Amino acid sequence: MVLTPPDIQLKLERILPTVQKPARYTGGELNQVVKHWDSIETHVALVFPDIYDIGMSNLGLTILYELINQRSDALAERVFSPWIDMEAAMRGASIPLYSLESKQPLPAFDIIGFSLPYETLYTNTLNVLDLAGIPLFGTERREMDPLIIAGGHATFNPEPMHAFVDAIVIGEGEQVIHEIIDAYQNWKKSRSTRRNLLINLSSIAGVYVPSLYQVSYKLDHTVDRVEKLDDQANFPILKRILPYLPPPPTRFIVPNIETVHNRIPVEIMRGCTRGCRFCHAGMVTRPVRERSVAEILQAVDEALKNTGFEEIGLLSLSSSDYTHISELLQAITYKYNGKHLAISLPSLRIDSFSVDLMDLLKDSRHGGFTLAPEAATEHMRNIINKPVSTAQLLETAHQIYSRGWTTIKLYFMIGHPEETLEDVKAIADLCKAVLAEGHKTIGRRARLNVGASTFIPKPHTPFQWVPCDTDEQICAKQALLKQELRHRDIKLTWSDPQATLLEAWLSRGDRRLADVIFKAWKNGARFDAWQDQFNFDAWMKAFEDCRLETSFYTHRLRPLDEVFPWDHINTGVRKKYLLQDFQMSKDSQTRIDCRLNCFACGILPTFADLRRAYPGKSWSCPEVKSPPKREVVIPR
Amino acid sequence: MRIRIKFSKSQAMRYTGHLDLFRSWERTFRRSGLPLAYSQGFHPQPRLNLACALPLGISSECEILDAWLECTLPLPQINQAIEVVLPPGLEVLGMDIIESQAPALQTQVTSAIYRITFLDDIPDLDERLQRINSADHLPRQRRDKSYDLRPLIEEILPVPTFKGGNQQLRLQLAAREAATGRPEELLDEIGIKFEATRVHREELIFRS
Repeated sequence: MVLTPPDIQLKLERILPTVQKPARYTGGELNQVVKHWDSIETHVALVFPDIYDIGMSNLGLTILYELINQRSDALAERVFSPWIDMEAAMRGASIPLYSLESKQPLPAFDIIGFSLPYETLYTNTLNVLDLAGIPLFGTERREMDPLIIAGGHATFNPEPMHAFVDAIVIGEGEQVIHEIIDAYQNWKKSRSTRRNLLINLSSIAGVYVPSLYQVSYKLDHTVDRVEKLDDQANFPILKRILPYLPPPPTRFIVPNIETVHNRIPVEIMRGCTRGCRFCHAGMVTRPVRERSVAEILQAVDEALKNTGFEEIGLLSLSSSDYTHISELLQAITYKYNGKHLAISLPSLRIDSFSVDLMDLLKDSRHGGFTLAPEAATEHMRNIINKPVSTAQLLETAHQIYSRGWTTIKLYFMIGHPEETLEDVKAIADLCKAVLAEGHKTIGRRARLNVGASTFIPKPHTPFQWVPCDTDEQICAKQALLKQELRHRDIKLTWSDPQATLLEAWLSRGDRRLADVIFKAWKNGARFDAWQDQFNFDAWMKAFEDCRLETSFYTHRLRPLDEVFPWDHINTGVRKKYLLQDFQMSKDSQTRIDCRLNCFACGILPTFADLRRAYPGKSWSCPEVKSPPKREVVIPR
Repeated sequence: MRIRIKFSKSQAMRYTGHLDLFRSWERTFRRSGLPLAYSQGFHPQPRLNLACALPLGISSECEILDAWLECTLPLPQINQAIEVVLPPGLEVLGMDIIESQAPALQTQVTSAIYRITFLDDIPDLDERLQRINSADHLPRQRRDKSYDLRPLIEEILPVPTFKGGNQQLRLQLAAREAATGRPEELLDEIGIKFEATRVHREELIFRS
């Protein structure tokens, strides 16, 4: 039986009072967009497969929501995962998963788009489809089932989810979403088969339709080759980028309850020129494109009027590298002085300039000052290409404590390539040195928070060849840190080794992982990103059932000529460049900010035409000097 | 200046708790551009005061908010500025200027009147209520604390049911700072699930 929105609304009345935070499931907030369902041609559900509190803070979803709803022929509505209690209540009352805006059951939509910024959302994705009554496997979907698409940083290795998603967007979604909707509308008018829709989508730049490719494996289980099954399909699949950043969204939905980031996010810059070798985002979001100060100020102003939020987050991968950062902060603090507006500035470089920047944001002082040295010795920091001297770090710490902050947060990673227990001990020593600096500067008030996460060698980075630490190695390193950092004024946090391993398997996996994900979900895995829900046994059993070795995915040093499961996905950065960078890391050679010296990562030749069409300062890459390729004209 | 706003809370806003409602009002003022006053100190808080917390899931037509502005403005101008930026589910029913030194709102509320609509038919509703009315004490536990519900029930008024309509009930409960009766506690006492009802706050009674 298909339930209508009023049926769903009526059933909800009876269950909402019985669950935690019912406002997660009601919609009806300020600035949500509700269009007249029947008069709109194409209905898109945007799903963030985690709870409302997390999903509402996702900027990617907000951007697409605004873009789609600006079209007169399409609408976008939000869908999030129900928390465990609500899922039980919904299944008990036979309520299918529905959209927050109009309470339409998910199967009523034409297109369902999943945002997958990280891998631990995969089982939730399956659960969302199941709660909606939509077949999980693409091959089982019928003509009338919605088209399932996905995008986000995790999909740069789309293979583990290949069986569940019909079409996957590689790269930036702002333009391609329109092309997908257009293709869908044309297909619907043509009354053609579902397979034809997929073929049409497969030639849109940046779109990967996994069912139109075939992977063969070698005897050693590594990939032999990937072939496309239809002439039209892209090969390789080049990521999509925008020549410049479009105006940022400003009409944010204002939740009626607290969410993780209750603020206005404004992306000031996309991409990063630092080239840290462990950083997935830094490799896949190239090139750097900046927004102008005027554009950011205008967006802040509009967004404040539209929402009334008390906080602005100026987002980028490296705030201090935004060319006009001082000018921007001065303008904002001057304009909103006395307006009780908090400004957050993530990802600051380790130098006194960053302290000067934070000093401009006086109200931020009662937070803490966050620095991410990532490794504790200069040797190690050279390996990962985050060259900062220990002296500079200590000097920066001194400045931070002396200018009124009492707490510094330091982020490290354990498990970097070639790391030894001495390197881990150095983390503890460095932390003590920073705290000693604090005690010397402000006495007993000084505090230090240390976050030690575990490194995962991500696809499309220079470290994609290296193995992960084993469970035992991670535990030994964490034990050392816990023992060394037992101090009244130090608070240490670390990530669960098993959760790290799961993320590693999923991010480095091939197509065979799809069955593992399916079985793990069957075994009860969901909300894998939640410590209290994470079910490691469900995953281990799934690997066993599929007769796959976890160590194959994470604990092999991969031969330099291995074909990776994600090699047919082209981020614009050449594999040769990544390999060269990996070799440099072994000699602890570093590369400076590529704004100062282009290292020819491959972005520029790949997107030469785009760059040529949009010259100027918004890209941090050099201008293209070669003339455009002329088509040969044969005179008659 | 200090203003007093009477407002209703309905739709999705029913599921917004006391602290989140406070936040919603702060954002409403911030959108309006009115100069909302903030407290002094390290963590300045907006100077807003809500009369009496409304339990989650209950709608209302009688909520009261006091707000302090940094300067004096004509009431119609304030009203206009707020009206256009209210979130769905909040509606302004009235607005007054209040003496700055007037006592705090929370200290002035004594009782609240609720209207309960039963979604399912309850043939023995009268008997169940009779038991409440005739009891001297109704000892209960809430959040690990024992208390007596009986003195908090000031009055139970039957509402005539029209043919085919749902059964209803009006209920006056104490709403003093340290002694607040909650409708869902009474419903539990008569063996009816909160989710099988719709509860609406009709009136707040103030100290005269």
